[in-house]
Amino acid sequence: MSIVIENGRLIDPANNTDKQTNVFIDKGVIAGIGRQPVGFTARKTINAKGQLVLPGLIDLCVRTREPGFEYKATMDSELAAASKSGITSICSPPDSDPIVDTPAVVKLIQQRAYEVGKVKVFTLGAMTKGLKGEQLAEMYSLQQAGCIAMSNALYPITNMQILRRAFEYAHSCGLTVFIQPNDVDLQNNGVANEGAFSTRLGLPPIPETAETVALASALLLIEQTGVKAHFCRLSSARSVAMIKQAQKEGFPVTADVDICHLHLTEMDITNYNVDCHLYPPLRTERDRSTLVKAIEDGIISAICSDHQPHDIDAKSAPFSLTESGASTVEILLPLTLHLVEQKQLSMMNAIAALTSRPAEILRLESGNLSVGSPADICVVNHESDWEVNKANMMSMGRNTPFHGWNLSAEVYTTIMNGKITYQKKDK
Amino acid sequence: MTEHTQQTDPQGRLKHFLTTEGLNHTLLTSILDHAENFAGVENRPVKKVPLLRGKTVVNLFFEASTRTRTTFELAAKRLSADVLNLNIATSATSKGETLRDTLRTLEAMHCDMFIVRHANSGAAHYITTQVAPHISVINAGDGRHAHPTQAMLDMFTIRKHKGDFAPLKVAIVGDISHSRVARSEIHALNTLGVTEVRVVGPATLIPKDVESLGVHVFNDMSAGLEGVDVVMMLRLQRERMSDALLPSAHEFFNRYGLTEKRLKVAKKDAIVMHPGPINRGVEIESNIADSSRSVILQQVSHGIAVRMAVMAMCMQGNTEGIES
Repeated sequence: MSIVIENGRLIDPANNTDKQTNVFIDKGVIAGIGRQPVGFTARKTINAKGQLVLPGLIDLCVRTREPGFEYKATMDSELAAASKSGITSICSPPDSDPIVDTPAVVKLIQQRAYEVGKVKVFTLGAMTKGLKGEQLAEMYSLQQAGCIAMSNALYPITNMQILRRAFEYAHSCGLTVFIQPNDVDLQNNGVANEGAFSTRLGLPPIPETAETVALASALLLIEQTGVKAHFCRLSSARSVAMIKQAQKEGFPVTADVDICHLHLTEMDITNYNVDCHLYPPLRTERDRSTLVKAIEDGIISAICSDHQPHDIDAKSAPFSLTESGASTVEILLPLTLHLVEQKQLSMMNAIAALTSRPAEILRLESGNLSVGSPADICVVNHESDWEVNKANMMSMGRNTPFHGWNLSAEVYTTIMNGKITYQKKDK
Repeated sequence: MTEHTQQTDPQGRLKHFLTTEGLNHTLLTSILDHAENFAGVENRPVKKVPLLRGKTVVNLFFEASTRTRTTFELAAKRLSADVLNLNIATSATSKGETLRDTLRTLEAMHCDMFIVRHANSGAAHYITTQVAPHISVINAGDGRHAHPTQAMLDMFTIRKHKGDFAPLKVAIVGDISHSRVARSEIHALNTLGVTEVRVVGPATLIPKDVESLGVHVFNDMSAGLEGVDVVMMLRLQRERMSDALLPSAHEFFNRYGLTEKRLKVAKKDAIVMHPGPINRGVEIESNIADSSRSVILQQVSHGIAVRMAVMAMCMQGNTEGIES
């Protein structure tokens, strides 16, 4: 279907564009910007005056909970929730059940994603069999089946020799590795950032070194093996400094941060708020503000939702016994633009962190509004006023720490491959 | 769901007793005063007052305990309440029932008060969010977080011996990191206005930024005990050795064990406390534990009066009637 989006403020970091113009969509791709292409007739017109027109968002970490955890959420519910946030592509980690360590599981996920259709689902393959950190997974076969990169998700490889081999092998396949740095011995079953807050609440602490020691070892092995690496969910100022140094020295490394760590700190746990039980743990205000600045400086490339929907029982227990993670996918864009309103982030960098930069990490052709690119687009009213309410969430997981927050950005239309996947209903 | 948990009702009266943190001087003092009145009950021929008659108190213990559970039980019985003891380690949760379901079941039995001990910090807070509004929750120890009735019975014992809190210097010795007792003592002592609270132990057993709770940290035992009025020894758990927090019990005693010789640097009339059960020859030598300076057994008997006071106050019982 041919669509024209008229008079919106088009922000396209890949082309360094921020101007009011028209976008023409035809045959699933962007047919023109500004002037109407020859022979184009619009079957549908979207008036975007006063609204933002952005590339469809690329979220580097969404757990749809399918397959294996359908009691928490399903591909249907979570992809619908994602498209409500203007997301057109997600990256899904390999820790489903069954684990993504055989081509058959990749095919299953692709099949389900195709059936649902709202969002492009890119799968990370397991670096080791069963994510156990013992034997290499069939990375080449997983790549052939469609895995976009490799990861051991939340199960760090503790044996340095195996980590080295996994890096070498992935590198020889031309695969990027996604690493969430964590030293499990230093983590020691902790649940909150080590400091005054964990001490006061008596919560088992996680020191910052659980992240930085693992990051340092990984960086040395990256230097040795040459593998292209992406660090996921950094949470501390110290990690930012280490990534900055590594990039300065020419290491092939990128990094992301999840949206919760850009808004919240350990103080939000006060009185054992289980919705703030996250991994990595929420840290200090200094860490939070350093992470935001690292997005602005480009040291951290991407902002992701790290979406982890949970069932009620998973979050109904004393703090340490609850499962970690927050349901955030449907508010990723409003929460990011909230940082722009607060003048913590510039509009261009904020949008880049959700579009062009993650596209670069995954080597996708989307994430931009160039003529000829896939028509993955969202139209956003950024002067709305609405309140986050657990009861009205589209995601099956109601575990959001942002319940009651007033946000101003609201997606009106999401388009994926030229098809409308989300349309806000007028009241 | 997880709204801010208030320990007091809109009139400022105690509703739940979860932590000593945040309760004001007047309330803490009033717990001690009520306990003073209840202490008299024990010397009567009939050791009962009818304040909680018709009420059902549930001892909900997810962790083993002897003295805390029995003193709570005695306290409830002396207030004429019906008492239900649930040892959850051997009960429904081991059959896969969730904590939430256990609470629902108990609620259906029309209970009025839950006395909760749990291995996880924040468990008592969590339970207040899950029960009907008329139910009071008393924390009998949650993870490393709080053990407020233990702290109050210690405050009671200190007041008995020292009268005024203001001039006191108090040293808490041992495993501060894993101790809910230490945290509750620190908050109570600071609110009651002591001169100084010290924590004494090796760096491996002192939690990060503990100074923010209002204490001075000492790694050296002699320096830590110098001039103090009260020495509180904490119990050392055996598993600390396997967690690489300590080389051995022997080395701990060598460095931090309370001996007559070490105690010399404290005030002449310094008292020695321990929440029990004591490890003789690990935290404390027998000479001291059995000496006149040790108030360890008094702590246990004061536990009953203090727990009666807290339970009566939480149930809004009229405590004026028992002053005699």
